[in-house]
Amino acid sequence: MTNSPLTPGVVAGRLSPQAIAANFHDHEAPLDRHEAHVAADRCYFCHDAPCMTACPTSIDIPLFIRQIATGTPEAAAKTIFAQNILGGMCARVCPTETLCEEACVRETAEGKPVEIGRLQRFATDTLMAKGVHPFARAKATGKKVAVVGAGPAGLSAAHRLAMKGHEVVVFDARPKAGGLNEFGLAAYKTTNGFAQAEVDWLLKIGGIRIETGKALGRDLSLADLQKHYDAVFLSIGLAGVNALRAPGEDKANVRPAVEFISELRQSGNLSSLPVGRDVVVIGGGMTAVDAAVQSKLLGAENVTIVYRRGQEKMAASGYEQEHATSAGVRIVTHAAPVAVHGNGAVTEIEFAYTEDTAQGLKQTGETFRLKADTVLKAIGQTLTGAPEGLALDGGKIAVDATGRTSIAGVWAGGDCATGGEDLTVTAVAEGRNAAEDIHASLMT
Amino acid sequence: MANLTSNFVGIKSPNPFWLASAPPTDKKYNVERAYEAGWGGVVWKTLGSEGPPVVNVSGPRYGAIWGADRRLLGLNNIELITDRPLEVNIQEIKEVKRKWRDRALIISLMVPCDEDSWKDILKRIEDTEADGVELNFGCPHGMAERGMGSAVGQVPEYIEMVTRWVKKHSRMPCIVKLTPNITDVRKPAEAAKRGGADAVSLINTINSITSVNLDAFSPEPMIDGKGTHGGYCGPAVKPIAMNMVAEIARNPETHGLPISGIGGITTWRDAAEFMALGAGNVQVCTAAMTYGFKVVQEMISGLSQYLDDKGMALTDLVGKATPNVTDWQFLNLNYTTKAQISQDDCIKCGRCYAACEDTSHQAIAMSADRTFTVKDDECVACNLCVNVCPVENCITMVEKPKGWLDPRTDRPVGDYANWTTHPNNPSARAAE
Ligand SMILES: Cc1cc2nc3c(=O)[nH]c(=O)nc-3n(C[C@H](O)[C@H](O)[C@H](O)COP(=O)(O)OP(=O)(O)OC[C@H]3O[C@@H](n4cnc5c(N)ncnc54)[C@H](O)[C@@H]3O)c2cc1C
Ligand SMILES: Cc1cc2nc3c(=O)[nH]c(=O)nc-3n(C[C@H](O)[C@H](O)[C@H](O)COP(=O)(O)O)c2cc1C
Ligand code: SF4
Ligand code: SF4
Ligand code: SF4
Repeated sequence: MTNSPLTPGVVAGRLSPQAIAANFHDHEAPLDRHEAHVAADRCYFCHDAPCMTACPTSIDIPLFIRQIATGTPEAAAKTIFAQNILGGMCARVCPTETLCEEACVRETAEGKPVEIGRLQRFATDTLMAKGVHPFARAKATGKKVAVVGAGPAGLSAAHRLAMKGHEVVVFDARPKAGGLNEFGLAAYKTTNGFAQAEVDWLLKIGGIRIETGKALGRDLSLADLQKHYDAVFLSIGLAGVNALRAPGEDKANVRPAVEFISELRQSGNLSSLPVGRDVVVIGGGMTAVDAAVQSKLLGAENVTIVYRRGQEKMAASGYEQEHATSAGVRIVTHAAPVAVHGNGAVTEIEFAYTEDTAQGLKQTGETFRLKADTVLKAIGQTLTGAPEGLALDGGKIAVDATGRTSIAGVWAGGDCATGGEDLTVTAVAEGRNAAEDIHASLMT
Repeated sequence: MANLTSNFVGIKSPNPFWLASAPPTDKKYNVERAYEAGWGGVVWKTLGSEGPPVVNVSGPRYGAIWGADRRLLGLNNIELITDRPLEVNIQEIKEVKRKWRDRALIISLMVPCDEDSWKDILKRIEDTEADGVELNFGCPHGMAERGMGSAVGQVPEYIEMVTRWVKKHSRMPCIVKLTPNITDVRKPAEAAKRGGADAVSLINTINSITSVNLDAFSPEPMIDGKGTHGGYCGPAVKPIAMNMVAEIARNPETHGLPISGIGGITTWRDAAEFMALGAGNVQVCTAAMTYGFKVVQEMISGLSQYLDDKGMALTDLVGKATPNVTDWQFLNLNYTTKAQISQDDCIKCGRCYAACEDTSHQAIAMSADRTFTVKDDECVACNLCVNVCPVENCITMVEKPKGWLDPRTDRPVGDYANWTTHPNNPSARAAE
């Protein structure tokens, strides 16, 4: 091995293949049967359980944990999948510390919630390992529905619609289905090709055709879809990225964090993936944390997250921030980028300190520079490619509680639509709810 | 540190904790290690008659039930009396007793139901220097099929007869061990007393099937595809055992008859409860089989701390609760409490609500923000919410003073009055 964390520039193979493999190993080991039983025993089977209310897909958590405790994890999995067909992925990637586990009464009681996420994984892994699909389709309705975007929102909607007996075609611009499950989530949260395996398992319901490489606005138009289908569900996520709006942003090695992550997720061999020695990530959310941590895991020497507001305002949860700092990432707050320096490629990035004032965030005038051979921008994704004529609200497709857009016969959900946090589980919930509403309106 | 020295029917031991007759007391090796760990006494694993020893199964002999975290709550066994030669046991008993003079050593016996058999075995153990004998009239499986154990213990006349033989042929203190597999435990206890027993010990194990193998369709423990009922013991049987101890302690016919309390004793507190109900000492089996001999050390330290805190002697504890065990008809029907939820301790699990709303008196209100409060006008003080709440002392029963207007009945709390004088009691009126 010739390269090390100290090798200047953006190079591959900073760590041994063994070290990289270990770094990108399942970041939270699955529970074995014994561990699952011990963990399940802690659940109180609460009435109108707060955890269930906190889950965006409202999984019956006390019931599925009881099913694990009584030795029927397959029944537990069915309870989970009935509400959340991507329960396997959600078990791996949900920020449970701000969802179900935060609400768990044993968090209140002892500061140690029931390990709902890991139990959910135990149950769903058990059933999926058997290769069986627990649901069957209802009698064919003769209706056809188009879904645009094969991320969690689209897949969830497609599955529910297929289950109700409709024919579903899912179009996606990318060469693979899965959306950010496949291209975005941290590699160590979803190892061993789980995202594709989950899509394959989901499709076992039948009645769903996936057409990749088909982009709305390029290969398809909303008008055409409306003509050929009885209903349309839009779940195109947020394909654009926000700009820094700082001079020098166009220099080489200044790039969107999601692009770096997507390359990482698609790389068959992480030892051949180049990474900088001095990486600066700008932003304060999950994307910033994932880009920073994974840079570190690839062997970058110095990785810094710079966020313009205070740490408490970061969208990444306390748990994720800790995950970053324990991986060796430095978090700098109250600093906004003002210029990118370098001759062709970035060498330094300059920040101004900020402070919160009555008039909002203000730069203090004092500046500092960080050495950087890579700058990853993680300051938010934006909606692009939304069809003309759809009413928007705050940069997203405006929808009502059941996902209806301003155009009759067109529903939307997931990150591209208003409502809820931008999370996998929220996307699943919105896809499912829209599917139920589409079904109800098609059958009347 | 309180003095735990115990004198039970003249048998002295440094503390009231004895190991019950069972595998922990099966041989010299075990008993010496138990003494080293601190046990005050042992009842040696039951001896049978001269001759070829009994044979145990060579497959599993225990079944169990568990609570959360696989805490063993109930154990069931199909083991017989000792399967070691009588001569070996007697030799070991002698050696042990000679070496451990300050500890109690009782020999448990079970032989066929004829006078010669009993006379013979008592003669065989005469010079062991053991402190007493315990008659095993309790073993509910295997031995009972051969006319011994609970087959004797279920017939008060046999108990009386055998006890009489034992008292006739031996000068040792005689403890009669009772089976719980009967309808009224007072009858066998009375029979033992009539026969001249110095004490009774109870309970032996309860007939039970702990689990069924749902693949092989056989009770467990399963021996080559078949199972049989076993004897149940451990924490789960404690409430049954305590009631039986209390029944004997407060029965005028047997009041004052010394009792060795057995059944599910796991901690000092369990032991103290048995003693408060009237047991002069206690015997332990499952707790030792679950956690090893060392458990006695917690029992010793806990009981002394309790007695110190109360400023009581061990003998003061024995029977202190017996006068307060009464019949339902004498309970004060005017005594009124209401459940009260401590909002500071409540973790908002809603279990009290589900229990009361679904199965009891709809006396707990749940607000939109999950605040749980008791409705005094509905609460009958049943205690169910207290029992299902996962946080200890979060729900308490608050006693209401005399004169307090109960919003459920619209009546003030009155003086003591029980069912025998209650207007709704037809026999009360007839008695007037
Ligand atoms: C780096 C990163 C890490 C994250 N980590 C987590 C996490 O740990 N936990 C969590 O809960 N959430 C996480 N999220 C958020 C989560 O991934 C999203 O909220 C979720 O994927 C949204 O699902 P979706 O179906 O709405 O959109 P997406 O998953 O974005 O899927 C949209 C799909 O639409 C397709 N598409 C887009 N435009 C078109 C078009 N014009 N025509 C056809 N197809 C189109 C895209 O190719 C894509 O497949 C993370 C996000 C990022 C970016
Ligand atoms: C495996 C096993 C074997 C037992 N053998 C005997 C016995 O030989 N003689 C006897 O009197 N009681 C025997 N018992 C009953 C115990 O002495 C005791 O009465 C019973 O287990 C209840 O006490 P515990 O709940 O502390 O275990 C046995 C119990 C067990 C578990
Ligand atoms: S809140 Fe916690 S204890 Fe209660 S049901 Fe949910 S997981 Fe179980
Ligand atoms: S406890 Fe000991 S004797 Fe019994 S089955 Fe286990 S190993 Fe064998
Ligand atoms: S059972 Fe106890 S902790 Fe749970 S809601 Fe009721 S009072 Fe609160």
